[in-house]
Amino acid sequence: MHIIVCVKQVPDTKIIKINPKTNTLDRRSAPAILNPYDAHAVQEAVKIKQLTGGTVSVLSMGPPQAVSIIKKSIEIGADKGYLISDRAFAGADTLATSYALSKALERISEEQKIDMVICGKHAIDGDTGQVGPGIARRLDMPPVTNVIEVTEVKTEERKINLKRKQLGGYEEIEAQLPCLLTVEKEVNEIEYAPMPNMIKAARYEPVVWTVDDLGEVDRSQLGLKGSPTVVGKMFTPPRRAGGKKLEGTIDEQVKELTGLLREKQDLFRFNVNS
Amino acid sequence: MGESLGVWVFIEVNDKKIEGVSLELLGAGRQLADKLNVPLAGVLLGDGVKNLASDVIYYGADIVYVVDDPVLKLYRTEAYMKAVISLAEKYKSEIFLYGATPNGKDLASAVATDLSTGLTADTTMLDVDLDKRLLEASRPAFGGNIMATILCKKHRPQMATVRPKVMQALDPDHGRQGKIIEEELHLREEDMRTRVLRIVKEVTKTANLSEADVIVAGGKGMGDPQGFQLIHDLAETIGASVAGTRDAVEAGWLPHELQIGQTGETVTPKLYFAIGISGAIQHVVGMKNSELIIAINKDPNAPIFDVATYGIVGDAHEVIPKLIQQFKELSKEKGGELSYA
Ligand SMILES: Cc1cc2nc3c(=O)[nH]c(=O)nc-3n(C[C@H](O)[C@H](O)[C@H](O)COP(=O)(O)OP(=O)(O)OC[C@H]3O[C@@H](n4cnc5c(N)ncnc54)[C@H](O)[C@@H]3O)c2cc1C
Repeated sequence: MHIIVCVKQVPDTKIIKINPKTNTLDRRSAPAILNPYDAHAVQEAVKIKQLTGGTVSVLSMGPPQAVSIIKKSIEIGADKGYLISDRAFAGADTLATSYALSKALERISEEQKIDMVICGKHAIDGDTGQVGPGIARRLDMPPVTNVIEVTEVKTEERKINLKRKQLGGYEEIEAQLPCLLTVEKEVNEIEYAPMPNMIKAARYEPVVWTVDDLGEVDRSQLGLKGSPTVVGKMFTPPRRAGGKKLEGTIDEQVKELTGLLREKQDLFRFNVNS
Repeated sequence: MGESLGVWVFIEVNDKKIEGVSLELLGAGRQLADKLNVPLAGVLLGDGVKNLASDVIYYGADIVYVVDDPVLKLYRTEAYMKAVISLAEKYKSEIFLYGATPNGKDLASAVATDLSTGLTADTTMLDVDLDKRLLEASRPAFGGNIMATILCKKHRPQMATVRPKVMQALDPDHGRQGKIIEEELHLREEDMRTRVLRIVKEVTKTANLSEADVIVAGGKGMGDPQGFQLIHDLAETIGASVAGTRDAVEAGWLPHELQIGQTGETVTPKLYFAIGISGAIQHVVGMKNSELIIAINKDPNAPIFDVATYGIVGDAHEVIPKLIQQFKELSKEKGGELSYA
């Protein structure tokens, strides 16, 4: 079984803070991390491999520094890492990103056939969740998005059973291999990295490819040029009218507020539990 | 381009019912279509869904494209995508909207790839630039309390997924006439590579949230788990549901299902308490359509005050107990029930 996980380096939005006065990002303290959903994707691939045997590879597109998240993936238990890094990829939207990644995946599959691709549900910097399903189309694999559980991998039958989050619950799905999954955080818990993995990761150097290494590539589909979407304007959202800060001591404000809420009595109903 | 094109909306059907977000998109799509002076079409797929076509028209569509086929009984990317692509190739549209639900996002991503066109995710505002006939799909931008308008200049259709509950559905007009166009799908079940074995309904915490009249939401400003307990206390006192920000979820004070915002739920309760919440745009897009918003924050400059109906500047740890006490006192006057009835 050869499982490939697509991983992305993102700024840590937990630490990154928005300055409320200037409305801009405080980038000084923003470390780059492995996208949390992708960490769960790597963990899931490692879990599947423990059952079926095989190889877990990770693939990332990004700047040279993205090597750090490949090392992080090795810590979790991936065997091999590939980084595609080239100016030509810069400025890619989801369409151009899925194109570049699928070209790299095709190249990797020439070395070793791919049975499954796993992506995180989305990256926390863009939140689109569009790249995974895009790759699935390009590689002609059936996609299963929003996976919350990998229930069974039936290697002989080349099938996999999954739970997929849906509106109002979940659905149980059987998919044929090769397929592409995108995973939610619920899919697993990230385990502590065993010492040998840490040591391996520290020394690990991934395979780094530029566009020229990817074989036949239509450059017009890469990066900014290959991206149909562009950012038009940026603006502060229209404010809501009627905002009113209450005045006086806290006690007075609390009294005023409860009084104001009472005036809206037709709107809602409280049942106070004393 | 050139030909007469339309605005399309993907009509999501679950349990033989049209999802609310699809009706909302028919409302939003109607406005765009009127501005552009083109027809609005609904794309209705499923097994035994033909009878829903008239509803699609009542809610604003001029045309309904229907593909009714057993293979489409339950959502599967491959089958739905093929149906949509064949319609898109035959009839052409200039704008194509989908609800930002698990299925809507999944389908839109696949369709955009095959049509080699642009797709904007989780849009919360829609408009058109009439001169250039461009869809302006806006969403909170990464890295700031600002919105970014995403354009797709050269490729058609211009596609977007739109958050549920941010657009307004029209009141159904049962006299409205439209055209229903049926198409066939030549797919065989044997060729499908995925099967849905079972659908499990769960009464999720989220479901309760979306129905709650009153929500008490807490943020990072509650400080620690004990501090966050005050949010639960207030909610319990007034019979409200609890929710919070992503930072509160990441701190482990609240399960992810109860996160409000761009990557969480969108809610529209009658009354929303935002306590110890700064009011980042990613949070605000999920709650700003609440009828009344009460903000409690110790920072008078916190952006949450811009969206709040009423604000109290103060320390939540001091304000909440007083608020609870005041609610209880008021209710005593009224014999257990606050006069809010
Ligand atoms: C791609 C992306 C998606 C995101 N999606 C979401 C989302 O879906 N939902 C979401 O909520 N966020 C989301 N965020 C995060 C969002 O940008 C904010 O970081 C987050 O909403 C802030 O949470 P907060 O208000 O709890 O914390 P903070 O911003 O830290 O605010 C805490 C507030 O509490 C106040 N405070 C502190 N102590 C007290 C006290 N004792 N009494 C009263 N007030 C006090 C402070 O003045 C401050 O205003 C997303 C971010 C990104 C980048």
